[in-house]
Amino acid sequence: MSNILVFAETRGASLRKIALKAVTAGRALADASGGGEVHAMVAGPSGVAAAAQQLGEYGADVVVVVEDAALVNFNREVVAATLAARAKAGSYRAVVIGFSAQGRDVGPRVAVKLDAPIVTDVTEIGAVTADSLTVTHPGYANKVIATLEAKGPLVVVSIRPSAITAQPAARTAKVETMAPAADPAASRIVVKEVTEGGKGTIDLGDAPVIVSGGRGLKAPENFKLVEDLAAAFGNAAVGATRAVTDDGWRPHSDQIGQTGRQVSPQLYIAVGISGAIQHLAGMRTSKTIVAINKDKDAPIFKVADYGIVGDALEIVPVLTKAVQEAKAGH
Amino acid sequence: MKIAVCIKRTPDSESRFKIGASSTSIDEAGLKFDIDDFASYAVEVALQINEKQGPGETIIYAVGPDSVQETLRKAMSMGADRGVQLKTDSVPHDGLAVAKALAAELKTGGYDLVLFGKHAFDTSSGIVGTAVAELLDFACVTAATKLDIANGRGTARRELEGAAETVEFALPAVVTIDEGIARPRYPSLKGIMAAKKKPLETKPAQLGEVRVTVKSMQLPPERAAGRIIGEGAAAVPELIRLLQTEAKVL
Ligand SMILES: Cc1cc2nc3c(=O)[nH]c(=O)nc-3n(C[C@H](O)[C@H](O)[C@H](O)COP(=O)(O)OP(=O)(O)OC[C@H]3O[C@@H](n4cnc5c(N)ncnc54)[C@H](O)[C@@H]3O)c2cc1C
Ligand SMILES: Nc1ncnc2c1ncn2[C@@H]1O[C@H](COP(=O)(O)O)[C@@H](O)[C@H]1O
Repeated sequence: MSNILVFAETRGASLRKIALKAVTAGRALADASGGGEVHAMVAGPSGVAAAAQQLGEYGADVVVVVEDAALVNFNREVVAATLAARAKAGSYRAVVIGFSAQGRDVGPRVAVKLDAPIVTDVTEIGAVTADSLTVTHPGYANKVIATLEAKGPLVVVSIRPSAITAQPAARTAKVETMAPAADPAASRIVVKEVTEGGKGTIDLGDAPVIVSGGRGLKAPENFKLVEDLAAAFGNAAVGATRAVTDDGWRPHSDQIGQTGRQVSPQLYIAVGISGAIQHLAGMRTSKTIVAINKDKDAPIFKVADYGIVGDALEIVPVLTKAVQEAKAGH
Repeated sequence: MKIAVCIKRTPDSESRFKIGASSTSIDEAGLKFDIDDFASYAVEVALQINEKQGPGETIIYAVGPDSVQETLRKAMSMGADRGVQLKTDSVPHDGLAVAKALAAELKTGGYDLVLFGKHAFDTSSGIVGTAVAELLDFACVTAATKLDIANGRGTARRELEGAAETVEFALPAVVTIDEGIARPRYPSLKGIMAAKKKPLETKPAQLGEVRVTVKSMQLPPERAAGRIIGEGAAAVPELIRLLQTEAKVL
């Protein structure tokens, strides 16, 4: 039986979805080790303490609140120092974080501070004993699945957001407060600006439906067709290939693939995308794949559950209308 | 500026992989190897900074067996000044153990900037760079998609999910490089000739204790073969039907 420390990620004073997924993973780890407690740490500006209730609903026994007006933006040095300090103070079996932009930054720092082994981008947690933890981690751009064993009494585990579904496990979390273990004003990395994506847009990592466009759309303005189709679904995000992010049609942050985002939605619609191996590396684990391409020999059709051969510029508007009608009919 | 770039030798990402006989590694037979993708962007970023800022030095590090010498030469043929091999029989799948070997070597190097890839193609871990920063007690920006260095300070952009941040930091610093900053140049014939004469030093690697190991490797399950359901806009009703009744996603 051992306790698990979870980093509950926030943006501003609001919890991110990955925070609940990390708590779910922490809960599973605690249960696998014989039923210990899950302690979740949130750090942010005043108001962040309100997150405690939701963290409890998803299985946190204790919520450690680190509230400081200077923590408006993500402060990697303070978060890492405070997580490590807490991990040292308790006897934890693992520190669980998300393999997100924040988690990538925090994980290795915490591991060094604790001199603990670290495994990242974990898709499944396996056996846990007092000094061994087994996890699944895809490598080689998702082309090889490795089973890794981390030896040691304390391990840092970062989990792949798309591999875990947050699960309620109602508790009333006990709230503790903690001061930042490092001075936010002394941070060497100073956030100058945070630019938010468009209002109401769903992040690629969270979207159940992704509509992606490639060079087959012919011109940047034709991405409007893809955006309209995404809007028809209502719960969709827009992705892109490297060919179009390279040409500046779409921002790099929309890129899906080996060197872009790796996604696993319920439905992935590839429009005018050839299906290069590097693109497939980012989306081949999607549950259902639809491809629209004018070349019947395009490699994307090899992985598409449903392929339509033809001109995307003609097909997509018809599909958008049909999706709107299907949604309205429900 | 004095810039170090740490690179890994990894197989070409276009390869078809097979699992090796031990089932704890891939079968390397017939694979082509090169600098890992993100680290090759880091080499390009270092070269561009030193070209822009005048006299500087770009030194390349790789932890691994003698096969990494070829990879170090490749970076030198792109324009790096010299290479250092931190020699091990094999590279463990333990980012912290590798980071310790690099940090032990970089500690006394007097570097202004140490660059890494955001993650290596094979491990896809994203550990080594940020861990080295922590071991060296350097400022660290993880997964930068833009980087400007001027007057001893850096400015970088990072993509957050659905947002982006711009950060400032003082040197010395570690930056791990994401895509979007620079596409690696192809070595010129002159560069390839020059690289043969550039210094390449070999030292034993002081790896940290290896605590993460590969128990087994598998290929992911194949997707069912694809299916073309029709041509043109006429196929849309059938697609809608399948999405509703078979895939149940609409
Ligand atoms: C190291 C490395 C990393 C990479 N990382 C990534 C990555 O992360 N993500 C990524 O996407 N790529 C990546 N790439 C690039 C990848 O190899 C491909 O070049 C890229 O994915 C191609 O994008 P595309 O499908 O939009 O363009 P293309 O390959 O040009 O395909 C366009 C497709 O559109 C079809 N088409 C044309 N007109 C129409 C029409 N009117 N209607 C319907 N279809 C039409 C064509 O038949 C064709 O199949 C990487 C490459 C390398 C070397
Ligand atoms: N054996 C190695 N030698 C030198 N640099 C390495 C080595 N392994 C990883 N790196 C660097 O660290 C980055 C991240 O690797 P990883 O943490 O394994 O994903 C790579 O892109 C390289 O820049």
